Amino acid sequence: MDVLMLSRLQFAAATFFHFLFVPLTLGLSVLIAIMETLYVKRGDEQYRRMARFWGKIFLINFAIGVVTGITLEFQFGTNWSRYSQYVGDIFGSLLAVEATVAFFLESTFIAVWAFGWDRMSAKAHMICIWLVAIASNVSAYWILSANAWMQHPVGYVMRNGRAELADFLAVITQKFAVLAFLHTVSAGYILAGFFVMGVSAWHLLRKQNREFFLKSFRLALVFALVFAIFEVVQGHLNGSEVAEAQPAKLAAMESHWETQKNAPIYLFSLPDEDYERNLVQIGPIPSALSLLAYHDPDAVVKGLKDFPKDERPPVFLTFLSFKVMVGLGFLFMALTVWGFLIRKRLEDNPLYLKIMLWSIPLPYLAIEFGWMLAEVGRQPWIVYGIMKTKDAVSPIAASQVGISLVAFLLVYGLLGLAAFFLIFKYARKGPDALPGGAAAGEEVAHA
Amino acid sequence: MLETIWFVLWGVLWAVYFMLDGFDLGLGTLMPLLARDDNDRRVIYNAMGPFWDGNEVWLITAGGVTFAAFPTTYAVMFSSLYSALLLILFALILRGVAFEYRGKVDSPGWRRMWDWCLWVGSFLPALLFGVAFANIFQGIPIDGQGVYHGSLFTLLNPYGLLGGILFLGLFCLHGALWLSVKSLGDLRQRAEVMAKRLWLPVVVIAVVFLIATAFATSLWDNYLSSPWLLVLPLLAVAGLLGMRFYMAKDAWWRAWGASCVGIVFCTLFGVGGLYPNLLPSSLDPRFSLTAFNSSSSPLTLKIMLGVALVMVPVVIIYQAVVYKFFSHRIEQKDLDYDEAY
Repeated sequence: MDVLMLSRLQFAAATFFHFLFVPLTLGLSVLIAIMETLYVKRGDEQYRRMARFWGKIFLINFAIGVVTGITLEFQFGTNWSRYSQYVGDIFGSLLAVEATVAFFLESTFIAVWAFGWDRMSAKAHMICIWLVAIASNVSAYWILSANAWMQHPVGYVMRNGRAELADFLAVITQKFAVLAFLHTVSAGYILAGFFVMGVSAWHLLRKQNREFFLKSFRLALVFALVFAIFEVVQGHLNGSEVAEAQPAKLAAMESHWETQKNAPIYLFSLPDEDYERNLVQIGPIPSALSLLAYHDPDAVVKGLKDFPKDERPPVFLTFLSFKVMVGLGFLFMALTVWGFLIRKRLEDNPLYLKIMLWSIPLPYLAIEFGWMLAEVGRQPWIVYGIMKTKDAVSPIAASQVGISLVAFLLVYGLLGLAAFFLIFKYARKGPDALPGGAAAGEEVAHA
Repeated sequence: MLETIWFVLWGVLWAVYFMLDGFDLGLGTLMPLLARDDNDRRVIYNAMGPFWDGNEVWLITAGGVTFAAFPTTYAVMFSSLYSALLLILFALILRGVAFEYRGKVDSPGWRRMWDWCLWVGSFLPALLFGVAFANIFQGIPIDGQGVYHGSLFTLLNPYGLLGGILFLGLFCLHGALWLSVKSLGDLRQRAEVMAKRLWLPVVVIAVVFLIATAFATSLWDNYLSSPWLLVLPLLAVAGLLGMRFYMAKDAWWRAWGASCVGIVFCTLFGVGGLYPNLLPSSLDPRFSLTAFNSSSSPLTLKIMLGVALVMVPVVIIYQAVVYKFFSHRIEQKDLDYDEAY
C-alpha cells in the first residue's frame, strides 16, 4: 500500500476510535449537569447520587476521548502536510480557537468537578459540570465548523498558492457548520440517552436499585426522545444542504445513476459500481428523491453517471453508511416514542427493557456510519472542489506510516478493551458502591 | 510585525507547556525512584491529579497555534519529525489513561501495568521533546519543497541527545520540587533530597548544553547582535540559581517557582536565538522556514491575535485559581476520597 492509502486508513482508525468516546462525553455531560441541577433545585439526594454514579462512567469515557483527540490534531501535520500547508490559514485557526476557547475550560473544570465533590457547595459543583458540558459542546462547534469548511469551503480566496481567509464570520456561521453541529451533538445526546437507558434497563431487569434506575431511565428517555425526533427532522435539512453543496454525495447516498426529473427513492436497492447500475431496486417511491432533496417533485436530480468517474465518491460505502444511519435514526425515534407511551409501566415491560439494553451499541453504529458518510462521501476531495485527497498527503516514507498504523491499531485496540471493560464493570456495579453506600440516598433529607 | 508577535507567542506557548506539564512528566519519570509502596505511588498520582489534563491542553494549543499562525512550519515540522512526534503522542496517551484507570481495578498486576505506562508516558515525552527542540535549534535536513531527508535516527545526534537529557533533567528536578510541596512525611523528604541531588547535575548539563550550542547551532548570533536579548539566558540562569537558593532556605514553593522560571527561559533562550527561523534547514539556509515565509495571511494572524489576547489571560486566571484551590499537600483523606486516583 502507498502512503496515501496508509494515511487514510490511519486517519480513519484514529477518527473512528476518537468518535467512539466523544459523543458520550457530549451527551452525558449535559445529562449529568441536568441531574445536578435537579439536585440543587429540588434537594432530592437521589439526583446527586445519580450524578455521581453516571459521573464515574463519564470520567472513564472522557479520559480516552481527551488523549485520542491530540493525535487527531497533530496528524494533519504528520500525515497531511500538503493539506495543512494549502488550507492551514483557515483550517488551522479553527483548531487553535477550539483549544483556547473551549478545550482549556473543559479540561480544567473536569478536574475541579471530579476532585471537588467534597470541596465546594452543591451549587458551585453544579456550575463546574455545566462549564464542562458547555465547553465540550462549544468545542464540537469549532471542530465541526472546520470539517464543514472541508465539506463546503466558503469565505476564502486563492492567493499565494493557497487558500487564504477572506471572511472569518462566513466560515464559522455557514449553514453547513450549523447543521453539522446540530446533527452531531443531537446524535451524541441520543447516544448518551440510550446508554443511560440501556444500563438502567439491565438493573431494572434484575430489580436492583429500582427507584434510582427508574429515575435515571425516565430522565434519559425524555432527553433521547426530544433529540431523536429533532434528529430526524433536522437530518432532512442536512440532506437538502448536501444536495445543494455536494450533488455527487447525494447521488451516491441513494445510488442514483441516471439524471432525471421526478427521481424516486427505492425502499431497497443495491449498487453495483462496476457496471454503474443497481443490482436490485425494489419499491420505488415516485419523485421522493426530487422532493426531499430540492423540495420539488419535478426537480432534476443529477445521476452518478453524469459525474466524471474520478469525481465520484465510493458509491457502496456512501450508500451503505447513509442507509444504516437513517434506518437507525428512525428506529431511535420509534423506540423512544414507545418508551414514552409506557413510561409509567416500564417495569411491567421486560421485553422493552431487554430491547433497550441490547440497543446500547446501535447509536454508536449510527454515529460511526454518519461520520463515514460525511467523510467517504466527500471523496475524492479532501476540501470539496478545491483539493483532492491524493494531493494532500505528506511526502514521507510509506514504511513510517505502515509502522505507525500498526501501532495505532495495537494501542487503540488495547485501550478500547480497557475502556469498555471498565465502563462495563462500573455500570454493573450500580450506585451501592458510591460513598455512603446503598442507604445513603433514598431517605436522607437535603441539608 | 504581526509575524514577530506570533513568533514570540509561539515560543511562549511552548515554554508554558514545558513549565506546566514538565513537572508531571518529571514526576512520572521519578516515581519508581521516589515511591516505596503503593501509598507513595498514590500520593504521586494525586499530586498531579487535578492538573495534568489542563496542562496538556497547552500542548494542544501550542500545536494548534503552530498550525494557525505558521501552517507551512506546522506541515513541514510535524511531517519531518513524524516518528518522534507519534512516539510522544502514544506515550502521552498511555500516561493520560494511566491516571484515570490505574485505581479502577483492585489488582496489583493491573496497577503495575499502568504504573509502567505512566513511566513510559512521562520519560519518553520529556526526552523526545528535548531531542526535537535541540534538532530544531540546530536545523534539520529539509529541502526547498519541505521534504525531510532523514529518519528518526538522524535526530538522535549528540546535540539532539544532549537536548533530550537537559529536558529530562530539568523536568525531573521540576517534578521533585512539585512533590516536595505536595506530599508529607518520608515521601516529602525523599523528594527534597532528590531535588537537591539533581540540581548540580542539571546545572552541569545546562552549561554543557549552552557551550555545545555555540558549536552546533547559530543561536548565539542573535545574542551577539542584540545583546539586550541576553536577558533571556540570564533569567534562565537566575531560575537555576534561585532554585538552589530557595532549597537551601527550605522555601520549596519558591524553589518550584524558580524552576518554572528556569524552564520557561531555557526554552525562550532557544526560541530567541532561533528568530526569525522556526525550522532551519541544515541543507541550505535558503530552505529554512521562518516566521515570515511560513506564516498565515495577515487577516488570520490578526483574528488569532485577538482571540489569543482575550482568551489566554482568561485561561491563565482560571487555571491559577484552580492551582490555588488544589495547592494543599496530599493527606490520607485525599487518598480515601472516592474519585482519587
